[in-house]
Amino acid sequence: MKKKYLITRRKAIITGLTSVGGLLLSGCLKKGPPTYGNILRMGDAFTYAAQRTLLPGQSLAKEYQRSDITSFPATGTTNPGDPLHRGDNNKIPYSAEYARLQGGAFTSWGLAVEGRVARPKSYSLTDLKRFFLRTQITRHTCEEGWTAIAEWTGVPLSIVLQDAGILASARFVNFYAYDGYMHSIDMLDALHPQTILAYGMNGQELPIQHGAPVRVRVENQIGYKSVKFLQRIVVTDEFVDRGDRGWAWYVGI
Amino acid sequence: MVHPRLYWGEAGNDLTPALFELPISRNYQHGGWNKTEHFSTISGAPVSASRTYDIFNKNGWGRSLHFLAAWFLVLTGVAYWLAGLLTQHFRNRLWPGVKELRARLLWQDLLRHFRPQLPAQTSRRPYGLLQKCTYMGVVFFLLPLAAITGLTMSPAITAAYPFLLKLFAGAQSARTIHFAAALLLLLFLIVHVAMVVRSGFKQQMQGMLFGK
Repeated sequence: MKKKYLITRRKAIITGLTSVGGLLLSGCLKKGPPTYGNILRMGDAFTYAAQRTLLPGQSLAKEYQRSDITSFPATGTTNPGDPLHRGDNNKIPYSAEYARLQGGAFTSWGLAVEGRVARPKSYSLTDLKRFFLRTQITRHTCEEGWTAIAEWTGVPLSIVLQDAGILASARFVNFYAYDGYMHSIDMLDALHPQTILAYGMNGQELPIQHGAPVRVRVENQIGYKSVKFLQRIVVTDEFVDRGDRGWAWYVGI
Repeated sequence: MVHPRLYWGEAGNDLTPALFELPISRNYQHGGWNKTEHFSTISGAPVSASRTYDIFNKNGWGRSLHFLAAWFLVLTGVAYWLAGLLTQHFRNRLWPGVKELRARLLWQDLLRHFRPQLPAQTSRRPYGLLQKCTYMGVVFFLLPLAAITGLTMSPAITAAYPFLLKLFAGAQSARTIHFAAALLLLLFLIVHVAMVVRSGFKQQMQGMLFGK
């Protein structure tokens, strides 16, 4: 029997190009806050199309030695369970639900995987740790200009998606976090071997300020795509546009 | 500048020493960090700290503008290169020639630029020696260097082409070189415009725009 691939190169390219079209279209039709977005997004859409078309698929980001591990600042939201806490973006990301889970050492935490999957379900921390694990020492590139190297341990997202029975119509994976943050990636990045749901950092449990109990690591993009404090994963067949907040969606550069 | 610190090597951030810091925004040495936590009990082990300071950051649109401009630079740059090579513009007008490249001649040409009266440059006269060297440096060294060091900061590009990280000794070194290249390009722009003004602004603009 002919092997059915979940994603072929041709599909990936077509998906990439059509989603760029989608990005541009939605950028033009949707009423959003008054932004520079539609013009400036052209460059980002062009970069996305160029990188998806010209770069060889699924190249691995450089992995480092243990001795290369550096200090690592925690930025953005650093604890959504603290009612007095303000993120460095001056937002109050407090979540009573997260505070409760944190109090119980995340034993009752569960990651819902839903949308374009055959078997939507919730994975506990123990469930995730039962899967094949991957450890990688990689460089985190922040849009601000700094970089930091850390060791991440987790389960490849592709394994969890396969376990949930991802459907052929899946095109984007959307990550929702307890601090209200959301970002999505396309299937090429979602199925990348280094895209993992990380529960360990530098040989320890993932610290609160770095996104406990589980965060995603997207090693082929800028740091802000690696959503912390994961609550829910929704697989969709269309691009979920959360409006132009001034930050590019694709940031492989 | 959101992160006014520059480093050498692969990684650098507020919790590691900088090569140098630029006192150019309110993010400079803001000190808004809570207590540091060690990743292990070994002394000198990497640490972590949470940032409590609301930093100045307009990178959302700044980055998009930067990359849109980068595309314009690359596309017009490639067109200019092709045109310059095909029409032999580079060989005939920009290449100084080995005989001209003498320290004494360069020095004389440099001094000439500080005289009160500059000889007017017209389209009929060849470029000066210093001018040729500068143009060659900008067109074939500084601009490509800026573009390639810029790409070396991209996670997707360096995943596909890891030799870039070796070439520039790491992503942060590439950022530092990128910054230095940008400063040199700015210097070029300032001197270039100053020289256009000094050598007869009206005539030069006519020459550039209408070829007269």
